Amino acid sequence: MTLSSNLVTVAYIAAIVLFILSLSGLSNQETAKRGNLYGIAGMAIAFAATAFSAQVSGYSTLISVIAPGLMIGAILAARVEMTSMPELVAILHSFVGLAAVLVGVGNYLQPESLVGVEETIHQLEVYIGVFIGAVTFTGSVVAFGKLRAIISSKPLTLPGRHLLNLAMLGGTVYLGYLFMTAAGTEGFVPMLGMIAIASLLGIHLVAAIGGADMPVVISMLNSYSGWAAAAAGFMLSNDLLIVTGALVGSSGAILSIIMCKAMNRSFLSVILGGFGAGAAKGGSSASGGPVGEATSIDVAETVELLNDAQSVIITPGYGMAVAQAQHAVADITKILRDRGVKVRFGIHPVAGRLPGHMNVLLAEANVPYDIVQEMDEINEDFSATDLVLVIGANDTVNPSAAEDPTSPIAGMPVLEVWQAANVIVMKRSLSTGYAGVDNPLFYKENTQMLFGDAKANVSAILAQLQESGTAASPALAAAAR
Amino acid sequence: MTIATEKSAATAQSPASQPGAPKRVGIPKEIAAGERRVAATPETVKKLQKLGFDVLVEQGAGAAAEFSDDAYRAAGCEVLDSAADLWQQADIILKVQPPQADATGGHEADRLQADKTLISFIWPAQNEALLNQLKERQASVLAMDAIPRISRAQKMDALSSMANIAGYRAVIEAANQFGRFFTGQITAAGKVPPCKVLVIGAGVAGLAAVGTAKSLGAIVRAFDTRPVVKEQVESMGAEFLELVFEEDGTGEGGYAKTMSPEFIAAEMALFAEQAREVDIIITTALIPGKPAPKLITQDMVESMKPGSVIVDMAAEQGGNCDVTKPGEVYRYNGVTIVGITDFPSRMARQSSLLYGNNLCHLLSDMGGSEKYQINLEDEVVRGALITHEGEITWPAPKPAQPAPKPAAKLPETPEATAQAKPKSPFPWQFVWPAIAALALVGVGIGAPSSFLSHFTVFVLSCFIGWQVIWNVSPSLHTPLMSVTNAISGIIIIGGMLQLSGPLSSATTILGAIAVFVGTINIAGGFLVTQRMLKMFRK
Repeated sequence: MTLSSNLVTVAYIAAIVLFILSLSGLSNQETAKRGNLYGIAGMAIAFAATAFSAQVSGYSTLISVIAPGLMIGAILAARVEMTSMPELVAILHSFVGLAAVLVGVGNYLQPESLVGVEETIHQLEVYIGVFIGAVTFTGSVVAFGKLRAIISSKPLTLPGRHLLNLAMLGGTVYLGYLFMTAAGTEGFVPMLGMIAIASLLGIHLVAAIGGADMPVVISMLNSYSGWAAAAAGFMLSNDLLIVTGALVGSSGAILSIIMCKAMNRSFLSVILGGFGAGAAKGGSSASGGPVGEATSIDVAETVELLNDAQSVIITPGYGMAVAQAQHAVADITKILRDRGVKVRFGIHPVAGRLPGHMNVLLAEANVPYDIVQEMDEINEDFSATDLVLVIGANDTVNPSAAEDPTSPIAGMPVLEVWQAANVIVMKRSLSTGYAGVDNPLFYKENTQMLFGDAKANVSAILAQLQESGTAASPALAAAAR
Repeated sequence: MTIATEKSAATAQSPASQPGAPKRVGIPKEIAAGERRVAATPETVKKLQKLGFDVLVEQGAGAAAEFSDDAYRAAGCEVLDSAADLWQQADIILKVQPPQADATGGHEADRLQADKTLISFIWPAQNEALLNQLKERQASVLAMDAIPRISRAQKMDALSSMANIAGYRAVIEAANQFGRFFTGQITAAGKVPPCKVLVIGAGVAGLAAVGTAKSLGAIVRAFDTRPVVKEQVESMGAEFLELVFEEDGTGEGGYAKTMSPEFIAAEMALFAEQAREVDIIITTALIPGKPAPKLITQDMVESMKPGSVIVDMAAEQGGNCDVTKPGEVYRYNGVTIVGITDFPSRMARQSSLLYGNNLCHLLSDMGGSEKYQINLEDEVVRGALITHEGEITWPAPKPAQPAPKPAAKLPETPEATAQAKPKSPFPWQFVWPAIAALALVGVGIGAPSSFLSHFTVFVLSCFIGWQVIWNVSPSLHTPLMSVTNAISGIIIIGGMLQLSGPLSSATTILGAIAVFVGTINIAGGFLVTQRMLKMFRK
């Protein structure tokens, strides 16, 4: 059975519409699940239409690669921990990049009867598609390594790294010239050279970006993988690929922009990397370090404060993900909510290593999503809040972003936790965060530091909360104020 | 622990003097008339023990604050029969009121031995004779009222903790005298207007009063000469009364200073106007080292509605109101004037606990039992230390830290920097459209029509994607990424179109691998998204 090319086109249109519906379905929680189903349906239709089209006949090969692919994908998806979502997303991006390279190379080796401008354009499409694919592939692999902590998450700052990038781009353009002017499939050698350069470029670009900028990197790679698919669509004259690639590409681009805005930095400065190292020097010399003494607090006193608070905001950061403390945090939330305490979560857009990372972790721990609020929604409410628990966050709650114009993170929107009556910061030490900037929050009068492992502390608080019941000692809490 | 019999403990020859032994902290019974507080409660005793101290308590020390001797014993204290034993055995004496003459004709100060430490309220400015007497004892005396008001010392600031209680109690006393509800109500029996409360002076006590009156349901107004407290007043839910007059009353150490005559005239006019309107006036205005300013004149009191109440929290320093009688509650022309001076003592359980905590924090800062020392380099200890080794060390030399900067100056710095940043002289906003236009023209000239139709689709899709994605809720960004990731697996279509050639051809093999990895991507992406979305629940 084969479908006519018109029927295939119609099926593609249906798939395109379903993909758009899928993305728009994700605009809120109620419709999100349906959105995902639209995506699956669109993919199934696109796959079936292609499989039954006149151009495809190698079914045995197809089935023999599709089946294990589906199995591996399903196993990966079922087994992954929610804290390792960033790694999974990164490695999946690398697959798209790899596929784009393979499709491009395969397409080039399959001679087509194009002449003149059409041939030039087609070759250009192949070249660009392979280039983007290769950058995506190696870049994602490096990102995966960094997120897995196989590779150091410190930014790699080679001397003259911008020049190096430019040189690699120049090399790519030169090889492109050789590739375009070569006859037949002789352009294969320059193309291999370009793949090598693009792979290096991908590695170098991502290696230069530090751990906390990972949300930007991941969404940027997401965007690249989309553009790679779109380029493949051009080379195959396939509108479905073009549309889908463009949708994914712009989605990744928007996410990158959102993340960059949240850090008040330009996209270019994040992508070119090397942030942490340079800023550390500027930070310490400019402000001379915050003065004062941090007050530490123990678990029992924290519980006293929690018992006394009427409204609590919890601001988690990457530290919560690392310590896997989200379940205990969710249980604390539940106990407090059952007592009638107003508990909410304030999420900074770049908290974690993936856009929306904290939301997923909290959702996994069964925290109702309507009490998990964005920075813009919750920032005004801190002044009317009794207690803020900062769990494993640092730069995203740093008052110097708002108060110290010389700080390297000046102007970055932050969660204004210091407006609350009391702040408890759970942290291992007084050390600086990723940006290398001292955090004056730790030395504020209303801030108490609860040192130690976040998981251990949160679990201890949970245990004491369960014991203490509602009978609390308000006097102590008043004293600490 | 040290629940030894009292006799045997008394005969022990000051064991604490041996090096290495824990220091002993003594809590005598307060002998001042009407004083119900005590310098340590069974709860704060535990904190002292955690710091390494042994605690001695005089019999009945906590009785007035409802802490029994048994409660102290249960907390691990040694309870002693007589004050003499206690002063003799303890290394550090914690008290509430300054030392005074006792019933037997002796004086507490005379019991203080050389090389020991007394920590208490002393009020050295008002008690010069006592200061000299303490100096003669060769002991170290720290005055809780002289602790500098800096951030680090907030936890030891007994003036604040006591003022907080006093402010609360002032409202309760007012409510006790006031014959109406605080909150407005509409009941079947008729409508009740809300009570209006004016709080003058928004220090710690004033703010506590504002908060208490507000939570009882009253309409609360507050006035202070320091504009910086406006925000604090408003944060407590009260209205901040302002004069149309520019003068900042912020003095040293966060206290108010004396204002100019013009300002005072405007202020008095405001009070006169308010006095006719409000039901309760609570005054807390104090200027350090001076008698309390007279703010409520006899005329104003006479203009108030019958049944109104004035609580004059400055009564001890002469009162803010002309007709206040310190220590007395009486009616003047239908207005109840409350001149009580012992607000914290009236809530002895609460105030003893907070005062005890202040003391614990101070002792903790002084090194606890093991590393206990009077460190003259420590700003807090130096500020509080009034006599040491036979010398009067009060007042402490001024620290380098000045009064807080006027608030108005602060925001200027960032603004100035922002303005100093030169604006980019080049109109970048026109560059990108121009480049885009040029590129489009180039494509239009060079490209064949088949490419153009694909290009149209591409550009439109970018725009659709752009529009759709902005609507995505930030909390769904991770699912969005995994879905778009799965969707970008559509690239397998490209692979599928290539794998139908002969199996040995490079294209087929490459295509097959591309389909394989692409499929992992599709399956993994969609399934993990589904898994994540299932977790989001309301």
